[in-house]
Formats: sequence, C-alpha cells, structure tokens
Amino acid sequence: MPTVISTRQLTRRFGENVAVDALTLEIEQGEVFGFLGHNGAGKTTTVRLLNGVLRPSAGAARVFGLDPVTDGAKIRARTGVLTETPALDDRLTARMTLLYFADMFGVPRAQVRPRVDELLALFDLGDRADEKVGGFSKGMRQRMALARTLLHDPEIVFLDEPTSGLDPAATREVHQLIERLRDRRHTVFLATHNLNEAERLCDRVVVLAKGKVLGMGTTRELAAQLEYGHRVIVEVDGLAAAQAEQVLRAVPHVTQVEAARDRNGSEAGGVFLLVHGTSREHVPELVAALTQSGVNLYRIEPDEPSLEDVYFALEHE
Amino acid sequence: MNWRAIFAIVRKDVMVALRSKAVAMPLIIVPLILLVGLPIALGTVVALAERIGMTSTDLQNLNSAIPPALHSSLAGLTDAKAGLVFALVYLFAPMFLIMPLMVSSVVAADSFAGEKERKTLEALVYTPTTDRELLLAKMLGGWIPGVMVGVFGFFIYTMVVDIVAWLVVGRLILPNGFWLLLALWVGPAAAGLGLGVTVLVSSRVNTFQEAYQMGSLVVLPIIFLMIGQIAGFFYLSTLFVFAAGLVLWVIDAILFFAGAATFKRSELMARLS
Repeated sequence: MPTVISTRQLTRRFGENVAVDALTLEIEQGEVFGFLGHNGAGKTTTVRLLNGVLRPSAGAARVFGLDPVTDGAKIRARTGVLTETPALDDRLTARMTLLYFADMFGVPRAQVRPRVDELLALFDLGDRADEKVGGFSKGMRQRMALARTLLHDPEIVFLDEPTSGLDPAATREVHQLIERLRDRRHTVFLATHNLNEAERLCDRVVVLAKGKVLGMGTTRELAAQLEYGHRVIVEVDGLAAAQAEQVLRAVPHVTQVEAARDRNGSEAGGVFLLVHGTSREHVPELVAALTQSGVNLYRIEPDEPSLEDVYFALEHE
Repeated sequence: MNWRAIFAIVRKDVMVALRSKAVAMPLIIVPLILLVGLPIALGTVVALAERIGMTSTDLQNLNSAIPPALHSSLAGLTDAKAGLVFALVYLFAPMFLIMPLMVSSVVAADSFAGEKERKTLEALVYTPTTDRELLLAKMLGGWIPGVMVGVFGFFIYTMVVDIVAWLVVGRLILPNGFWLLLALWVGPAAAGLGLGVTVLVSSRVNTFQEAYQMGSLVVLPIIFLMIGQIAGFFYLSTLFVFAAGLVLWVIDAILFFAGAATFKRSELMARLS
C-alpha cells in the first residue's frame, strides 16, 4: 500500500514548550493509525501540522506526497478533520451547516443535497435537520461534526476523540463507521484517550508523551519492544493442580509455572496457572501434554498484554 | 480563486450576522435615527419656528456656518429654512458615512473575532481555502452589506429629506451630485475603512465586543468632519468629497495589503495553540 502520510523529525515549538518533538512516522493508505497520549501529548498539534494549518519549527511532513506548508489547501481538499471540539456555529441549522461546508469542500453541486440527506440520516439527525445546532445535545453535536468531516468523502480522516460524549449505541456506530472507512481503503488517523477503542480499531498506534514518541507499532510489536513476557493461562481441575504443574514444566519452552494470583478459581473447582515462556503458538502443545496426562483442562488462553498494559508500561519506562 | 467557497463564506457571514440581535439592533436603530429621525425632527422644529414667527432664534445660528459659496443656492429662503437645507445637505452628510462604516465594522467583527469567540474558527481553517481566499471572503462579507446599507440608506435619506424639504421649504433638494458622490464613491470607501481596521484589530482580540469597540474608533474622523463644518472651518464641497473618497480608497488599499500580509491561518492557530 502506498504511504499517504510521512514525517521526518517533525517538530513544533511554542516558545519554550515543545509540542511535537522530532516525530518520524509513515502511515499507509487504508491503515487505521492510533495516536495515543495524555492531553498536551502533541496529538492535536500533529493534526494541525499535517493539514498545513500550523507551520513546523523543524523537520518536514508529506501528505499524499505534498508539503503541508506549501500545499495545505490541496491536502485539506482530500482530508477531513474532526476537531477536538465540534466547532459548530450554533446559529445555523444542521442542514445549513452541511450545505455551507459542502460548498467549502467543493462537493459537486448535483451531489450536495443527496449527500447532505444521506449523512443526516446516517448520523440519526434527519428529524432535527432544520433545527439550530445550538439546541443540540453534546452527542448530537459530535455526530453533526462527524457528518461534516465526512461530507466530501475524504481519503484521510483525522478523528480527534470521535466518541467523546457519545452514548454506547452511538459509539458503536462510530466504530462501525471507522471499520467501513478502512474497508473502503480510507486512511484513519485516530487520536484518542480511549485505549480499548484504539486496541479494537487501530492497525498500529503511536504512543506520545510531551511531544515525544514513546513507542510505535502494533500492540504485539510494542509489547515485544518492552520485553513483555509471553504467557499462557490455563484453568485445570483444582485436585490435579500439582500434577498439571509438573506436566507443564516438562513442556519445551516453559520457563516457569505458578498460580495466577489475580485470577480466582472457578466455582466448578478449577484453578488458574500462569505458564511462562509460552505464547499462542504453544497452546496446542500444552493442551496435548495436559490431556495425555489425564488432567482435566477447563480453559486455556494466551495472556497477551492489552494495549492498556503496553501504554502504561511505556509511560513508566 | 475558489469563488464558490468565497461566496459561501460571504453568504453565511452576512446571514448569521444579521440574525444576531447584537449585530442587527444597531444596524436598524442607528439608520432610523440618523436617516429618518433627525431630518424629520429638524424639519418639524424649523416648520414650527416659521409658523409661530420665530425670526431670531438659535436656528438662525445654523446660518453662521453656511459658507459664502452656498449663499447663492440658498437665496430666497428665510434664515431658518436656509439653515435647514444646509443642515440636511451638508451638516448631516458625514453622519451618513457612519452607516456603511459601522455596518462593515460590525459584520467584520462578528465574522473574524466572533469565529474565535464561538470556537468555530478551527473548522474553517481546515477547509481547502487559501489564506488569501479566506481573507477576501471575510472582507467581502463585511464590505458588501456595508455598501448595500449605504446605498439603501441614501435612497431612504433622499426620500425623507425631500418630503421634509418639500413640506417646509417647498423644493426638492436631493439627490445632487455631491450626495451621489458621497453615496457611491465615499460610502463604499468608508465601508472598506471600517472593515480594514476591524479585520486588523480582530486578529489580535478574542471577542466580538472587543473587536467592535476598538474598530469603532474609525468613526472619529467623521466626528471631526462634522465639528469642522459646524465650526465653519470647511464645508464638504464636491471636490472635497471626491478627494476624501480618494484618500479613503488609498487607506483601504493599504489596510487590505497589510491585512493580507498578516492574515495567516498558521499564525491564528499558533495563537490558539
């Protein structure tokens, strides 16, 4: 897949404060790329730099092969940005807002009305289309801003906290929307605090703190960078726990077997064991060893670190 | 130039500004007072003074400001009537300029500083417009209503003044070349002045009120024009008005280029970051 966003040592300072510090990354077309970090980590500044809305203090960026500093307008014609706040004019109705931005983004005239109606329906705003946005709830405003972002069917969609203020049903809609965008080979740049959301949706993530990159890649790659141990959790019959430990220790690669202290035994009398040195690919081997030795095996699963585990581990490094 | 986007911004800015009470109220009240209320009030006072035979009143003091060059055109009128004509045609002329200037200032303050205040600026800067297109759109959005109000106000004022003059003096006094020049040459330039100053101010303040208050300082030259005429220092001859218009257009051009040089979305966003 072609690279649609690339940065090299991209830096932006505001006085003494370094908002983005030597950011180097490449994002491919069709990728859902997560941008993770606390407030002030540099997420919004990076979005502004990539869209030519801010000039970098040092380094360079390319979006669609274009320089945001000189070709900002051309880039913005092909990107859609959901800003951190919805940035809606309360005095306009929902329909007027979309008609206005359709003109701004050059949506072909014949397509404007059908496209506006389609987005109003998609974001469940059809019955409030002719009401002023000022009377909308937080969730409706967020849906309205999302509709505006997608109005011109942008090739790259920058989403800054897209599910902020949305109820669970609307959040699921947004997640499905992001998946549909990926299916259509659109690139999604997802800046979020929501680690579960990022883990579920993103192909790769970058973790930022005070403008610096702490880590970049898939959750697995990040975990590997951290030398996060590979483990498998097994639940076996409590009466056969000692035998199970003995059998598991004999399996190649296993370095240690211990009781999983943070997992309570099941009501059916099972106990959980943590098998170190093994991962997903060793599961069949472990299952075979346990069943051949007659131990009742109730459950087995790789204990892979979540993005949340990796995120906080990176932050504490 | 992306004219579709430019006109979208102009349409939207004018529409939402006129729907705002803070913007619309002064735009209705001030012209009503200046263009309708004042001529009728002055005409009524003069008519009453004539009717009850007041021959030596303060109204006659208006005459003292009439320059000798105008005496021939006012020949045959009583002092009070001559004073009325002089006031309606010349003394009130600078006040007429307040309208295009004020309208353009108010709409520009609402569209520039108001965008920041309402936090809608960020959505606008992410559109595929260049800095120059954005500036031009915002300036046209303030200038067009200023010019329209000026021209419309000129027609209203002409009608009201002619009705008053016909009833009190017995003649029609507007339009004349001087007022046509004022409405079509100086008025649009005054709108440009109010706009240019407000745009420069708006990029440095954060609220509509701040921008409007600082931008309204451009009314001061108009006040000086009025005081100068009343004091008899000068009167607004056709040549004077043409020259004043020319000076205003030059100032407008300087303000536009100054605005274009300083209006950069990256600078605006850096201030917001």
